[in-house]
Amino acid sequence: MNIWHFVLREIRHRKLNALLTAVSVAVATACLSGALVLLKADAESSEKALAAKQQAVESAGAELQDAMRKIMKGLGFNVVILPKDQDLQEMHLTGMINKTMPEDYVDRLANSNIVTVNHLLPTVTKKLNWPEQNGLPIVLYGTRGEVPIAHRDPKKPLLDAVPRGSMIVGYQIGLKLGLGDGAEVTLLGKPFKILKTHGERGSIDDSTVWINLREAQEMLGMENLIHAIQALECHCAGDRISQIRQEIISILPGTQAIERGAPALARAEARDQAKVTAQQSLADEIESRNELRGQRERFAAFMVPLATLGCALLMGLTTLANVRQRRQEIAILGALGLRSRQVLGIFLGKALLIGVVGAIVGLIVGALVGGVLGGSEGGAGVDGATVALSFALAIGVALLGSWLPALIASRQDAATVLQQD
Amino acid sequence: MIRLDKVGHHYSSPDGGDVVAIKDVNLSVAAGKFVALKGPSGCGKSTLLLIAGGLLRPTSGDVEIAGVEPYKLSLEERAAFRANTVGFVFQQFHLVPYLDVLDNVLAPSLASGRKDWKRAEALVEQFGLTHRAHHTPSALSTGERQRAAMARALYNEPKVLLADEPTGNLDPENAAIVLKQLVAFADQGGAVLMVTHASDASSVADEIITLG
Ligand SMILES: Nc1ncnc2c1ncn2[C@@H]1O[C@H](COP(=O)(O)OP(=O)(O)OP(=O)(O)O)[C@@H](O)[C@H]1O
Ligand SMILES: [Mg+2]
Repeated sequence: MNIWHFVLREIRHRKLNALLTAVSVAVATACLSGALVLLKADAESSEKALAAKQQAVESAGAELQDAMRKIMKGLGFNVVILPKDQDLQEMHLTGMINKTMPEDYVDRLANSNIVTVNHLLPTVTKKLNWPEQNGLPIVLYGTRGEVPIAHRDPKKPLLDAVPRGSMIVGYQIGLKLGLGDGAEVTLLGKPFKILKTHGERGSIDDSTVWINLREAQEMLGMENLIHAIQALECHCAGDRISQIRQEIISILPGTQAIERGAPALARAEARDQAKVTAQQSLADEIESRNELRGQRERFAAFMVPLATLGCALLMGLTTLANVRQRRQEIAILGALGLRSRQVLGIFLGKALLIGVVGAIVGLIVGALVGGVLGGSEGGAGVDGATVALSFALAIGVALLGSWLPALIASRQDAATVLQQD
Repeated sequence: MIRLDKVGHHYSSPDGGDVVAIKDVNLSVAAGKFVALKGPSGCGKSTLLLIAGGLLRPTSGDVEIAGVEPYKLSLEERAAFRANTVGFVFQQFHLVPYLDVLDNVLAPSLASGRKDWKRAEALVEQFGLTHRAHHTPSALSTGERQRAAMARALYNEPKVLLADEPTGNLDPENAAIVLKQLVAFADQGGAVLMVTHASDASSVADEIITLG
């Protein structure tokens, strides 16, 4: 005969009372563990969904970046830096530039911290009739190859320099000359070897002859002068050309800049915008999920203590009923010499036992319900902390709820009760 | 063994007035003596028994049981004193309803800490309850219940046995068994104080005291 034996016998005898107390503990525990499991499942699935979305946005972003690079390259040079006094109206009409600027502009640009353009290419261009070829009209294009921008990593050039004594000819010129690559020709009295004939481009390129910049400058009497600097604008969002102008003019006040191929760029920009939108929607989703989670957490933080309090109250009332039912039995135990703290021990022992049972039942129910609602298989969400918290809460509720009734039982006067029967 | 000196008790009733239950009672029961307490209903017999058992502090007078003045002890000490010195038997038996006979007999061990299955089994046998040892009180006859209550009262080997109309609910045959056990307890050197109405019960007593 010990207290546990006694407690178990009593529980078996008054099953309904024990069941009620266990249920109230289990309900409080289920509320807590269910909320914990649900919040955890929610956080996990949210994290997973966000990670998937983030990856989708990132890989789409990488593809976009790649596509952008290809578009930009396909466009070729799309910014032209011209002498400030060049009449653009005239240039558009004749296709030619008749003003010049010093060649060292390109070096100044290359040595600056310019960010809006890339691939600087100084050029001279001149429309002329090729005397040695029956006055064939051509565009002579002198280029020295790209000038690397000092503060950037070297990039693969869009256009290679043409060595001295060589020329590259456009498609139409090739047809008109009827000569293959490697053939020797003379231009303005100078001998050239044809390095290469371009395929048809359907543009002025087809009627262009490219030669070395130095040679072109000498032939045209334009030593150390150039007509234009071709450049490729960087992939940047916003009102590009005004940014580019601002930057270039701040470095080279004697110039102006124009942009070509704007529609293609606009398309690129739209794609860029799509990327920004995707990122924004991801950010929005993260925010809304966080907000929802915050709401759920606040709800749980309010409901769990409320449920706990209610269950503790129910536990208290049920235990009080138990104490009243057992008045005579407690009185007789008192007459037999049981001390008041032993009586307290009988009731708190029972509460502890019920707390443990309620914790197990509540934990299982809470994990299942929380798991089902949270969309994960229940067991996955139950961690050590949830188990520990559930047990602490269950035993806390059981002991707290029975404390006062147990105290009443232990203070009961045996003589009074024994006189009353 | 039991000595009450000018003991009085009054209950304070809820309507404010006092109910005087007993007044200036002098009583003593020596070791080995069986004393019967008689008197009309409401004269304070049960009150006196509770006082003599260390359960109810009298409003006046001195009490000494087995050389100890229980009302000079703390509540806890008095409980321990009861566990080791006093055995109670009530008219209503007051068995614990969910414990079987053997566990009811062993119940005093919760208080005394003295667990002795052999003794419990021997007591059950002594009271002719061996075949009922594993039945709960609801399955027992009234005589069997009172015998179980007697066995429980004797478990801790008390020095005094206090019985409040122990035969009141019993048929003559069972009443005789209970009285025989009380006499046997006194014969072994214990002090018995029994409240009774029945005249045949008082015939076995060494002394009869009439209250009121
Ligand atoms: N708790 C109480 N509060 C107030 N009065 C009480 C209380 N207990 C008993 N009394 C009163 O004290 C008096 C003595 O009661 P007690 O029970 O001791 O009488 P009794 O002699 O045992 O009676 P009976 O023979 O009917 O059992 C009675 O008048 C009773 O009404
Ligand atoms: Mg009485």
